[in-house]
Amino acid sequence: MPSVLFYLFSAIMLGFGILVVALRNPVSSALSLAASFLGLAALFVSLGAFFIGVIQVLVYAGAVMVLFLFIIMLLDIQAEQRRKLNLPAVIGGSLLVLVFALQLATVLGDFPAGHRILNAAPLSPTAALEARRAAGTVHASIDQDLAAGKLPDVKLIGETLFSQYNFHLQIIGVLLLVATVGVIVISRREDKTAAPAEPSSPAPTPP
Amino acid sequence: MISLNDYLLVSGLLFAIGLAGVVLRRNLIVIFMCLEMMLSAANLSLVAFSRFNTTNGLPDYRGQMMVFLIITVAAAEVAVGLAIIIALFRARRTVHVDDLDAMKH
Repeated sequence: MPSVLFYLFSAIMLGFGILVVALRNPVSSALSLAASFLGLAALFVSLGAFFIGVIQVLVYAGAVMVLFLFIIMLLDIQAEQRRKLNLPAVIGGSLLVLVFALQLATVLGDFPAGHRILNAAPLSPTAALEARRAAGTVHASIDQDLAAGKLPDVKLIGETLFSQYNFHLQIIGVLLLVATVGVIVISRREDKTAAPAEPSSPAPTPP
Repeated sequence: MISLNDYLLVSGLLFAIGLAGVVLRRNLIVIFMCLEMMLSAANLSLVAFSRFNTTNGLPDYRGQMMVFLIITVAAAEVAVGLAIIIALFRARRTVHVDDLDAMKH
């Protein structure tokens, strides 16, 4: 990928990320976060992680952000826009970011493996095909794509997910089920006592 | 050319922005969005490490599996967290952190 695109998408991601924190209206923050996630998805694609990039757009920029916007609209939050800025929090937050960025720059400067450029770690489908044949892994569809010199990202992820990480996948499925049940339990109105009281409240009124 | 350090730096900066948002914003929903941003920043690091650590000419897919699991857990976390925020809003009529100081007094 040309360097220009990396800088462009990084700028989109970080710029909209700053807008998320800086904008006062929660709706603007949510939309900026969606744009920031689109830039992040482009960076994923630039790293050859096509599946993760698509998932990022579908799950984060799609589902999660719509959920956020839905909740913001539902709660109708306007009051806190007029509130005054908390000055100690702003100073503390900016200082925290500055210290973090400085520390990051120091650590990365002393990280020799980090100076490798993308061309030094080339993807070679032919080498992968030979290694797979040597290991005895045979999958016609993947081998075809590798022989054609393409990177079958989604197929390889599926193969890894359903062989090596099958157990983890099922645990995650149970987690999602538990979360769904939990959300229903939490967000249900606790009107077991209130519901019978409302219809019956006119009845016991003394004449 | 782009090196691994560039990706790690961008990822760290996104994490720092999210951290700043958690510290200095007072709206619970915006704080939650900044938490999501920090999770995504970690994902970028993982994918970058996966891509630069090629094994047999392919990216190391263990890193991308981790990202897949993180995204799933984050989606579940968003659902539960927003349900808690809604329950909180019903009880207190606010999502402003400064108003939620019952445990302080």
